[in-house]
Amino acid sequence: MVLNIGPQHPSTHGVLRLKVKTDGEIVSEITPIIGYLHRCFEKHCENLSYEQVIPYTDRCDYIASMNNNFGYVVAVEEMMGIEVPERVEFIRVIMAELNRIASHLLALGTYGLDIGAFTPFLYMFRDRERILDLLEMTCGARLLYNYMWVGGLSHDLPVGFVEAAYDFLDYFEPKVKEYNDLLTYNKIFIERTADIGVMPAEVAINYGVTGPNLRGSGVAWDLRKAEPYSVYDRFEFNIPVGQGIVGTVGDCWDRYWVRVQEMLESVKIVRQALQQMPSEGDVHAALPKKVRPPKGSIYKRTESPRGDLGYYIISTGKPVPYRVKMRSPAFTALSVLDEIARGWMISDVLAILGSLDIVLGEIDR
Amino acid sequence: MFENLPYPDLILWLLLAGLLLFGLMAVNALAAVYAERKISAFMQDRLGPMGQGAGFHAGKWGLLQTVADALKLILKEDIIPRAADRRLFIIAPYIIFIGAFIAISALPFSEYIQVIDINLGIFYLLAVCSLGVVGLITAGWASDNKWSLYGALRSAAQIVSYEIPAALSIIVVVMLTGTLDLQGIIRAQEGLIWGILPNWIIFNNPFTFLAFFIYFISGVAETNRTPFDIPEAESELVAGFHTEYSGMRWAFFFLSEYANMFIVCGIATVAFLGGWQSPVPGFLDSGGWGLFWFFAKLLSLIFVMIWFRWTFPRLRVDQLMGVAWKVLLPLALLNIFGVGLWSLYIG
Repeated sequence: MVLNIGPQHPSTHGVLRLKVKTDGEIVSEITPIIGYLHRCFEKHCENLSYEQVIPYTDRCDYIASMNNNFGYVVAVEEMMGIEVPERVEFIRVIMAELNRIASHLLALGTYGLDIGAFTPFLYMFRDRERILDLLEMTCGARLLYNYMWVGGLSHDLPVGFVEAAYDFLDYFEPKVKEYNDLLTYNKIFIERTADIGVMPAEVAINYGVTGPNLRGSGVAWDLRKAEPYSVYDRFEFNIPVGQGIVGTVGDCWDRYWVRVQEMLESVKIVRQALQQMPSEGDVHAALPKKVRPPKGSIYKRTESPRGDLGYYIISTGKPVPYRVKMRSPAFTALSVLDEIARGWMISDVLAILGSLDIVLGEIDR
Repeated sequence: MFENLPYPDLILWLLLAGLLLFGLMAVNALAAVYAERKISAFMQDRLGPMGQGAGFHAGKWGLLQTVADALKLILKEDIIPRAADRRLFIIAPYIIFIGAFIAISALPFSEYIQVIDINLGIFYLLAVCSLGVVGLITAGWASDNKWSLYGALRSAAQIVSYEIPAALSIIVVVMLTGTLDLQGIIRAQEGLIWGILPNWIIFNNPFTFLAFFIYFISGVAETNRTPFDIPEAESELVAGFHTEYSGMRWAFFFLSEYANMFIVCGIATVAFLGGWQSPVPGFLDSGGWGLFWFFAKLLSLIFVMIWFRWTFPRLRVDQLMGVAWKVLLPLALLNIFGVGLWSLYIG
């Protein structure tokens, strides 16, 4: 039987359609059909000045917009050879990491929802709300920030942000134990996720899967350590990798667990960044009147909550980019779905899909 | 109690009883939905339905929320998909509803309040409870929707499997009390056991203690509630067998689902928790208090079901069958053996 999961379905995390061939409950083939959310991001960029592209990057991975901004501005700055003030770098890291926690909270919460647990979702949304409040305090927006600009930030941190951020971190850290008690080590949850959808490291690398999905397979690859950009080389943090604590390395539970651990690592990074951040300073670098990178191209990748987010920008020396290509980590994660979910049951396919944490806005762009 | 009445009176009696039972089912659904919303809200750190002052804004503390929902369902457009099998599609909700309705009519609410008192009471209850599954399959098949079909097939397999451990654990009760009559079972649970505990079947011996849990778990599974809600698993099957239903027909499914919870908890109360008996013999056990005790026990079991739903994730379909056949069934069989030995040598 051919079954269409989506585009309107409660757990496809957006408008994704999966064409699934089934034999009873067993799934023999999965064809993801994408494009329902295609908004011509890349084509738009060819008609906008470099600064005007930033709000569009927000709308790609709308769960982790700060990280999208971050990748883009780092790429453009590297092209133009701009040195941004140190305070800017720290604020960017703080924002990106807070946003990463928020993104992981959403991923974990909706993953619980996919498995059928409703309550953890609301617990995580409650805490995510506090992060969104912090980000709103900073830049006025809750999802689409447009906060990082080429050569700086749209504006400085508001008064009282540092205290509020510390407050949040102190509040958040003990909450992780609550999630673990409620969901992570729940017997039924483990039954549903351990040994399910195992993605061996080799498969993950062959498909170009990155981010927490790759680390869930036991590969310690994190661009923040491997190719440090911004000021990531100044912080102490670990790269959590899947260890197969309750099942096989690379199963759904490992991918889930890596995200839980990464939230704690992000908390560590934010704490260090808050401590090391210069308390005064400009948040704009000296820029030429028009952002006009020299002729040439660049491929710059950064670690977004979903993995290796790359921007390939070609400049012809005009104020408008010739081409902006975004390398989407969620796209590669989705492409591996058929490989690892074939032969499992319908319920497992949705569990595996949820564990890959895709965002359709970024896949379709 | 009305077998000997002359004909006109009998019909009047039946109508009255039917209306009262329907009222009970409706009120039960309204109250249970309200409770479900409020309890889940407390568990999830939110407020749940709240009234916005006077007027028709769902009343104080959202008390009128479920009433408003019910009105909305009644007023909704009646949609039957073009490809559906019209006759079956229309009749399916009523099959489920009738199953629940005739089961509820045999529940002993107190020593005096019971619509039909058959001497095969508990057997009758177990039998009519399985009527509902016919309605589920009909609904799933008639909708002409793949999700509905999956939901229907899953629930057929699930409910049939879980009826076996449920019935086997009820046999334990019958063995101990020596009767199938519900009132007889309750009367047999009078007094104290072990000096302090009420003489309920659940406290009779370790095996009956286990039997209660086997029955309750199977009961949760039979009512399709989390962690056994795979027939309507919303994140997988959209809404399972009632995906295509809306408005009043959907409301009937809903009503029956909550009525089934009521029945399962009712059977558990009667068979294991002493029905309308007071937990302390001699304390508040006269007259109307029986009604109070029955409902107190029943509602606390419903609370546990709600608690389950908002705590647990969902099992997968094969794991679910595994629990029934590999865990509950052997345990239930062992239990029968154990209770037999216990009453032979110890009790």
